[in-house]
Amino acid sequence: MHRNLGTEILRVMQNRTVVKILLIFTLAFATSNLFAKESKKEGNEGEGDLKTEIKEFIDHHLQDSHDFTLFSDKEANKHYGFPLPVILWDNGLKLFSSSKFHHGETVAEVDGNYYKLYHSKIYKTDASGTINYDEDHHATNTKPLDFSITKNVVSILLIGLLMFFMFSRLAKSYKKNNGIPTGVGRFLEPLVLFVRDEIAIPNIGEKNYKRYMSFLLTVFFFIWLLNLLGMTPLAVNVTGNIAVTFALALITFLITNLTANKNYWGHIFWMPGVPTFMKVVLAPIELLGVFIKPFSLMIRLYANMTAGHVVIMSIIGMMFLFKSWIGSPLSFGLSFALSILELLVAALQAYIFTMLSALYFGMATEEAHH
Amino acid sequence: MDKLLNDFSFGLFFWQILLFVGLLLLLRKFAWKPILEAVNNREEGIKNALESAEEARKEMQNLQADNERILNEARAERDGMLKEARQLKENMITDAKSEAQAEADKIVAQAQATIESEKKAAIADLKSQVAGLSVEIAEKVVRKELADKDKQLELVESMLGDVTLN
Repeated sequence: MHRNLGTEILRVMQNRTVVKILLIFTLAFATSNLFAKESKKEGNEGEGDLKTEIKEFIDHHLQDSHDFTLFSDKEANKHYGFPLPVILWDNGLKLFSSSKFHHGETVAEVDGNYYKLYHSKIYKTDASGTINYDEDHHATNTKPLDFSITKNVVSILLIGLLMFFMFSRLAKSYKKNNGIPTGVGRFLEPLVLFVRDEIAIPNIGEKNYKRYMSFLLTVFFFIWLLNLLGMTPLAVNVTGNIAVTFALALITFLITNLTANKNYWGHIFWMPGVPTFMKVVLAPIELLGVFIKPFSLMIRLYANMTAGHVVIMSIIGMMFLFKSWIGSPLSFGLSFALSILELLVAALQAYIFTMLSALYFGMATEEAHH
Repeated sequence: MDKLLNDFSFGLFFWQILLFVGLLLLLRKFAWKPILEAVNNREEGIKNALESAEEARKEMQNLQADNERILNEARAERDGMLKEARQLKENMITDAKSEAQAEADKIVAQAQATIESEKKAAIADLKSQVAGLSVEIAEKVVRKELADKDKQLELVESMLGDVTLN
C-alpha cells in the first residue's frame, strides 16, 4: 500500500493533461508567431482583436453561466437562449430571473439591493454598478452566496432526468419481458454489466462489491453522459468545472473512509511488517495519501475535460484566424480528428474515475492477508 | 491554483452534491437494484439450468449404464439357461442311451438264456431221438444181420453216414 502514493503522483504526471498542455503551448506559440508576421506585413489591428475575442470566448465557455445562451450575434448585440433563475442568499433569500442582468450589461435591482454580473460571478454593487478592484485587478466587492440554477445545474438536472428515464425503463423492461431487456436496454445492459464485471468485481472483490454498485454505476454514467453533453454544440462544461469534480471526489473520499475496515486504518497509521522507525515515518505519508487519492481524481477529471475543450475550441478558433485556403481546412480536419479523440476521452475519463474509485473502495475493504 | 479557487462556485458545488446524491438514491431504488437483481436472477437461472442439464445428462448416462448392465445380466442369464438346457438335454440323452443299452443287454441276455435253454432242450430231445433211432437202427441191423451179413454191414455204414451228415 505504501507504493500507492508514488503511483498516484506518477499517474497524475503521466496523464494526457501534460500532453494537452504542451499542445496548447505549441499552438499558442505557432499562432502568435504567425500573427506577429502578419501584423508586421499588414499592420492590421483587427486580427489582434479577433485573437483576444477567441480567447475570451473560450474563457467564457469554460465557465459556468447564469443564462443558457445557445449562440449570440455580436454585431447586433443579441443573445439567443433563455434566462435561468438566480437564487441568492444575502440577508434573506433573493429569487429573480437572470434576464435582469442583461448578460452583465445592466445592474439588477432586487429588494433595494444592486447586483452585477462580472466575469460570470455575481457581485453586490451600488446603484450604478461600480466594481472596485485591488492591485491584482481582482474585484473587491462582496459576493452574496449564489445558489443560482446555472447552466451547469440545468445540465446536471437534464442528465439526471435522462439517466432516471433510461435506467428505470431498463429496470421495468425486465419485469415485463421475463428478465430479458428490450429496446435500448439491450445497449444499456452490457454497459451496466461492464461496470459490474470489469470495474467493481476485479477491484473490490466478489464479497463486498454489491454495496458500492449504486455509486459506481451512477458516477460512471453521470460523468460519461456529461462529458458527451460537453461535446455537443450546447457547449456546456460540467465535468470540466472544479466544483463538480470536487463534489464527486468528495463523495468518493467519504465513501472510502466511512466504509474502511480496521485493516485499512492499520495500514495507514501502523504499517505492519516494517521496522518501528519506518512505521513512524510512513504514517504521515500514508495519511497524506488518503487525501491525495481523491484530490487526484478531482484534478484528473477537471484537467482532462478542460484541456480537451480548450484544445478543440482553440483549433476551431484558428480556422477564423488563418483565413486561408490551407490553414482553415487543416484546422478543420484537426478539430474534427480531435473531436473524435475527445469522444473516446469522454468514455475513458468516466471509466478512469469509476475504476479508481472502485480501487480505493477495494483498498478500504481489503481483508488482512499477512 | 488561484484561478481554480476563484473559479470554485459554492452554489454549483451545493447543487452538484444535492442532485448527485438525490440521483444516486433514486436510481438505487428504481434502477440499479431491480436491474442488478434481474440480471443476477437471470444469471442464477442460467447457471441452475446448466447444472440441471448436466445432472440430467449424468442421470441419463447412469440410466444407460444401468440398462446396459441389466441387458448384460439378462444376456448372461439367458446364456446360462441355454447352457443348462443343453446340459440337461445331453444328460437326458446319455441317460436314455445307457438305460436303453442296459435294457437291450438285459433282453439279449434273456434271449441268450432262452436260446441256451432251448438248445439244451433240443439237444436233450435230439439225444433221446438219436437214442431211439439208434435203437431202431440197431433193431433193423440186427434184423438184417439175420438175413444177410454183408448187406447188414452196408446198411449200418450208410446209416451211420447219414447220421454224421445230420
